[in-house]
Amino acid sequence: MNGSGPLLEVQGLHVWFDLAGGRELHAVQGIDFDLGPGERMGLVGESGCGKTTAILAIMGLLPPSASAAGHVLLNGMDMYEAGEDSVRPHRWRDIAMVFQGAMNAFNPVRRIVDQIVEPMELHEIAEGRAARVRAGDLLELVGISARQASRYPHEFSGGMRQRAAIAMALACGPKVLLADEPTTALDVMIQAQVLELLTGLTRELGLSLILVTHDLPIVAQTCDRAAVMYAGKIVESGPTEDLFHTPRHPYTRLLFSATPDLYGRGEVISIPGTPPRLDREVLGCAFAPRCDMAFEPCPSVVPRTLPVAPGHGARCHLNDPAMRSAS
Amino acid sequence: MITAPLLLEVQDLVTRYPVPRGIVGALARRPKEVAHAVEGVSFTVGAGEMLALVGESGCGKTTTAQTVMRLVDPVSGTVRFRGEDITHLRHRELRPLRRRMQLIYQDPYDSLDPRFRVRQTVEEPLLVHHLGSSHERSERVTRALERAGLAPADLFLDRFPHELSGGQRQRVAIATALVLEPELLVADEPVSMLDVSVRAEILTLLDSLRRSGLGILMITHDLSTAARFADRIAVMYLGRIVEEGPAQAVVQDPRHPYTRALITVVPKRDPRDRTTPEILKGEAPNPVHVPTGCRFHPRCPEVASGRARERGMEERCRGEDPMLRELAAGHEAACHLA
Repeated sequence: MNGSGPLLEVQGLHVWFDLAGGRELHAVQGIDFDLGPGERMGLVGESGCGKTTAILAIMGLLPPSASAAGHVLLNGMDMYEAGEDSVRPHRWRDIAMVFQGAMNAFNPVRRIVDQIVEPMELHEIAEGRAARVRAGDLLELVGISARQASRYPHEFSGGMRQRAAIAMALACGPKVLLADEPTTALDVMIQAQVLELLTGLTRELGLSLILVTHDLPIVAQTCDRAAVMYAGKIVESGPTEDLFHTPRHPYTRLLFSATPDLYGRGEVISIPGTPPRLDREVLGCAFAPRCDMAFEPCPSVVPRTLPVAPGHGARCHLNDPAMRSAS
Repeated sequence: MITAPLLLEVQDLVTRYPVPRGIVGALARRPKEVAHAVEGVSFTVGAGEMLALVGESGCGKTTTAQTVMRLVDPVSGTVRFRGEDITHLRHRELRPLRRRMQLIYQDPYDSLDPRFRVRQTVEEPLLVHHLGSSHERSERVTRALERAGLAPADLFLDRFPHELSGGQRQRVAIATALVLEPELLVADEPVSMLDVSVRAEILTLLDSLRRSGLGILMITHDLSTAARFADRIAVMYLGRIVEEGPAQAVVQDPRHPYTRALITVVPKRDPRDRTTPEILKGEAPNPVHVPTGCRFHPRCPEVASGRARERGMEERCRGEDPMLRELAAGHEAACHLA
């Protein structure tokens, strides 16, 4: 974004789970993207597309049954060069995450302030009184009065708990924040508040944000750029405006037309069929069976990601003149 | 549109819940408190019409639906079904009526018994109501499944819920409601648990059922869905309908400041439609302590910005409870400033 290179680079990230009977489930099948300082990127897809698994892998928080390959570079340094040992100093300090349902993950019998102080002491950012003051500042930052810091989670509303969860993720001053469905289960008014908060943090602190969601309008409203995931792969990525106005992958186009718009323009059409099972090898394009524009090579040839415009790429044979002329 | 008698007529409905004081509260003789879940709600649903009740959690939309279905007893007000007052019918008298109004729940992962095959699930309401011979029942099950878009029904009859996708499960739930051939469907957040790509098909199914003559009361928090699929929208705030009208009129020309604020915070699909959200200040509405005057005034942007004062209306907003007034054909709002 500003010549100094991306803050976070993800290259060829693969994640697979070992299933009973020696089978493997390939949840993330080689994704690449980068994120500049202060940038807001949406990672969009339906349930099971691998979006949560991908960011858990970036955080190094995958369950033991999962294996990962690929590179995650922070300021050009490979975070996973020496496995867990090389990622531990970065986790929470440089890159933090707000989990799905984080607002319900507070310990109910401990005060909010103590729970925000805990990661600071663990990572030796601050301790004792200084840490408590910092926790109060963080709560103020997310719009909660520092006087309420010593309350218990049940004394907060859902929206306040969600903002407190964001404050907790910011405890160690990360540069990158990964937010997994941060507004699911919140009312629209509170959702708007949380999205404003996240946008504000990127503007004021220069924080970079990856917003993981199934909700396209949230991304349209909040993010500069987005990547659309389907069956473990990024099928299209680019500026949000381009994805909406000139989508170059049928899945992106269909996903937008399956989303009702407040002003009711255009038909709302569902996408027939279901995503493929990821514990079997998928031949050709994974979306081909549900695609309304599939042609000869689609069921058999795996499409590559091709650039279609500046900063805009799509993984679809329709954008490949060689494929189109051959069929 | 007016067909007498209307399918569903709700008038001045009031439903309250006692708030438990707990043993300490009782010993301390704290006053008994009630949650004013629904405070004087009136609306109608005609055959072949879909009304969406829209609002944030705690606004009373689900309680309204439950009271209409007589699952919860109202304090006052009337519910008429096809002209008949059903507000005070006893349990036994309600039974034949329950067949004619059916409820669809939010979560098809929870509402289906995992050990029942589709056939058993859809047949159960017929058994409960002692309807038809075994042959007739199986015919009705097939017909209901096909009406719900699970065709050919043979493919689905012997499956278990875990063998179905989310959209198919919700179709089974809808078939279970349709098997009794109801006239009114009450759908409580019918798509909020489903994936984006299948939401449209369930909404389209409800739309086609509406076209075939069913009346549908849809409870939703999603204004976009309501705008696209409902004929009319009623916006609820703290137990009241604050605005009601034709769906497009409510969205394009909102008259109540609450509706206007709600519209600014709904994320738009087109990034070029980005708006500055008007986030309401003040405490979240609490149905136990409803503000005096207009129940929205403590959070109302018109009051906060001083626009109400400029128009000499602030006293009224604080002191007088506004009633719904018709502002355009079939479009009502409960606001002194509208």
